[in-house]
Parts: sequence; structure tokens; C-alpha cells
Amino acid sequence: MSIFEYNGSALVAMVGKNCFAIASDRRLGVQLQTIATDFQRISKVHDRLFIGLSGLATDAQTLHQRLMFRHKLYQLREERDMKPETFASLVSALLYEKRFGPYFCQPVIAGLSDGDKPFICTTDSIGAKELAKDFVVAGTAGDSLYGACEAMFKPDMEPEELFETLSQALLASVDRDCLSGWGGHIYVVTPTEVKECTLKGRMD
Amino acid sequence: MGDSQYSFSLTTFSPSGKLVQIEHALTAVGSGQTSLGIKASNGVVIATEKKLPSILVDEASVQKIQSLTPNIGVVYSGMGPDFRVLVRKSRKQAEQYHMLYKEQIPVTQLVRETAAVMQEFTQSGGVRPFGVSLLVAGYDDKGPQLYQVDPSGSYFSWKASAMGKNVSNAKTFLEKRYTDDVELEDAVHTAILTLKEGFEGQISGKNIEIATIGPEKIFKVLTPAEIDDYLGEVE
Repeated sequence: MSIFEYNGSALVAMVGKNCFAIASDRRLGVQLQTIATDFQRISKVHDRLFIGLSGLATDAQTLHQRLMFRHKLYQLREERDMKPETFASLVSALLYEKRFGPYFCQPVIAGLSDGDKPFICTTDSIGAKELAKDFVVAGTAGDSLYGACEAMFKPDMEPEELFETLSQALLASVDRDCLSGWGGHIYVVTPTEVKECTLKGRMD
Repeated sequence: MGDSQYSFSLTTFSPSGKLVQIEHALTAVGSGQTSLGIKASNGVVIATEKKLPSILVDEASVQKIQSLTPNIGVVYSGMGPDFRVLVRKSRKQAEQYHMLYKEQIPVTQLVRETAAVMQEFTQSGGVRPFGVSLLVAGYDDKGPQLYQVDPSGSYFSWKASAMGKNVSNAKTFLEKRYTDDVELEDAVHTAILTLKEGFEGQISGKNIEIATIGPEKIFKVLTPAEIDDYLGEVE
């Protein structure tokens, strides 16, 4: 089993009309044993920027701590929040610092940029950025997620429709992956509010 | 005062609470050629005298005003070689910021880091403070900004400021003529008039340097021909 599949994860972010949504599964496993069913993979950097980290959970935790550290110092020094594009560049730089001994994570970054334009991006474990206009996926359920999103995605969805679409795509994909699942977390972010929901799926 | 006994070592306070070496550095700045900066409502202008030691010097090869990034520039009063070292360090810091964040460094951040470098040289062993004061002019998302950085590492934001030989006359002149809503073109004229106040000899495009940054956020050093045009307008 590859190191990226040790803990199991599913992460997806999708763009809507002046909004975005980011969702993850809730399983934390050690190979085939399920350890936790309420694991948080997505965290808020600031009100308009979220990051989800898939892959090896210990590296995800450490990377998350380092990113929050850097962002808090940035906020203190520059007296403003980081733009999503800037944060993505920072993530990429931090990952490439460990080029020959990398973090075994694949981050998904989603935020609202200038002019309330949604921004999503993912990188590989050594920091190669992949910007997308529609959706980005990561984790052991990645391949299934690609298929589900490709089939269900429509451009310019309103927040409610985006929520439905992303939830269905996530739940359908994790059902085809034994290492991820046990429900889902989804955040739908518009310029005015952040809606956080827990999804109930097949609890296996 | 017993200050003179403490003036040999930078890293020793004198009984009056001063670091005498920094005072001496400021004196070095004060005997340098006059430079000034004016923040307008839609840009910043910085200018300096360019008095060369002899008419044989090729004045086109001397450039006292330098850009640090495409939207930030700097001028100095004091020791030219110290200025070159600071420009080099600041440019590197600005580029490192860009490499990390893929974003242009904000003016305040670059000023802060340059000031930190200057402060390091007031608290380390075996080094001396920089013998320059800098005037940093930039235009970023927060609008036009003008900062002065001293050899001690302290920095201040100014609406208009002057440094060097003629500083008190120049500042009085600027205080009288400065208004908050002055436009960039008028600010250039005011800068020229201020330089003219204390200028020995005939002012021309070859013995002063002027640079501006406007709303298009590009730092531009004016050519001698452009300076001569402005001089013509001022007459």
C-alpha cells in the first residue's frame, strides 16, 4: 500500500457563481482499520480562504500548523489577509522546500479572490500548482471524484445547487473507495456567509 | 559631556543614552548632497542634486536615483557606496518576496526590511552604521507613499521631506508650498524650485536627477531632456 493511501481521504472543491464549495470525507484510518469517523480535513485560513489537506494525516497536520503560522505572521506584518493566489504560491513554495523528502500530502486550496471571484487550486506533493476553472480533487477517492464531478458539474451554479451537486459527487465517489467515507463535511462560501454542513452517507 | 569617551564603539551606549556613532552617521548624511521627496495625490516625486567632483566626469554614468522594484524607487543623501550596498540588499529582499508569494512587495514591507538591515549594522560587532539616509518612493495598493529611513534604522512616512546639506531651508520651503491635494506635475515643479533654493551655480538637466511614480505604478527616472523641459516650465 502506498504511503498516500495509509490514512485514506477524499477532497474536492468546486466553483459556482461568485461562490465556491469545498468538501471532504470524515474517515481517518490506519490501513484497513477505521480509527475515527469525525476527522477534519478542511480548515479555515480566513473568512474567504479554506484549505483541505489529503494524504498522510501526520504530514497534513504538520503542514497545516506551518501554514497557519506563516499566515498569522503575514496578517500581523501586512495588516491584511492573504489573497488565495498568494496563499497558493506560499503552499507551493513550502512543499518544494522539501523536494527530496516531501510531505505526503495533496492540498486543495479554495478561496474568494479580488472582486469576489472564486479561486480553486490543488498541488501535488512537491508543489506543482494546478489551477482549474471548474473543480479540483484529491485523495484516495480522487479518480472516482474526477468522474463524478465531470458528469455533474455545470458552470455558474448558485450556492444551493452547488451544495447539492458537490454533496452528491462526494458521496457517490467515496462509496467506490474503501479507504474514505463515513459521511462528509462541506463548506459553501459566498461573499457574505460561510455555510458548514455535515453529510450523512453510507457509514462504512 | 563624557560622550566622547564612548564614541569609539558603536555597540556601547553613552551616559546620555545616545549611540554616538549613529549621531556621527547622521552628520555624514547632513553633509551629503541635498535630496528631497514630495508625495502628491496621484503619485510621488523624488529628486537630488548631482554635483560631480569635476567637469571631466561622465555625468550620464552616474545615477543616484535607483529603482528597487518596478513600482518602488529610492534616493539618498550621504555616502554613495553605502547606498549601493543597501540598494543591492533591498532588491534581493523584494525579489525573495516575489518568489515566495508571486506578488509585488508592498512599500511598507520593503521599507521595514531595509530599515531592519540598517538596524542590524548598529547592533553588531565590528561593523559601522550606513552613512546614508534613504527616501523611498512607491505606489502600491495603498496608494502613493514616501518613506525616509535613517542610519539608525528608524523610518517615517512623510508627505514631503528633504535631507542633506540644505535640509532646513528646503523643509521650510516645502512646508510653505505643500498642499494635500497637490498633483504630480505640480509636485515636480515644487521639487525643482526647492532644489533651486540652495543650488550653487546654474541648475540644468545634467546636474540634478528627478524620478516620478504615477498612478500607472511604474517608477521612472526622467531623462536630462525631460528635466530641461520641466526647468523651462518653471522659469
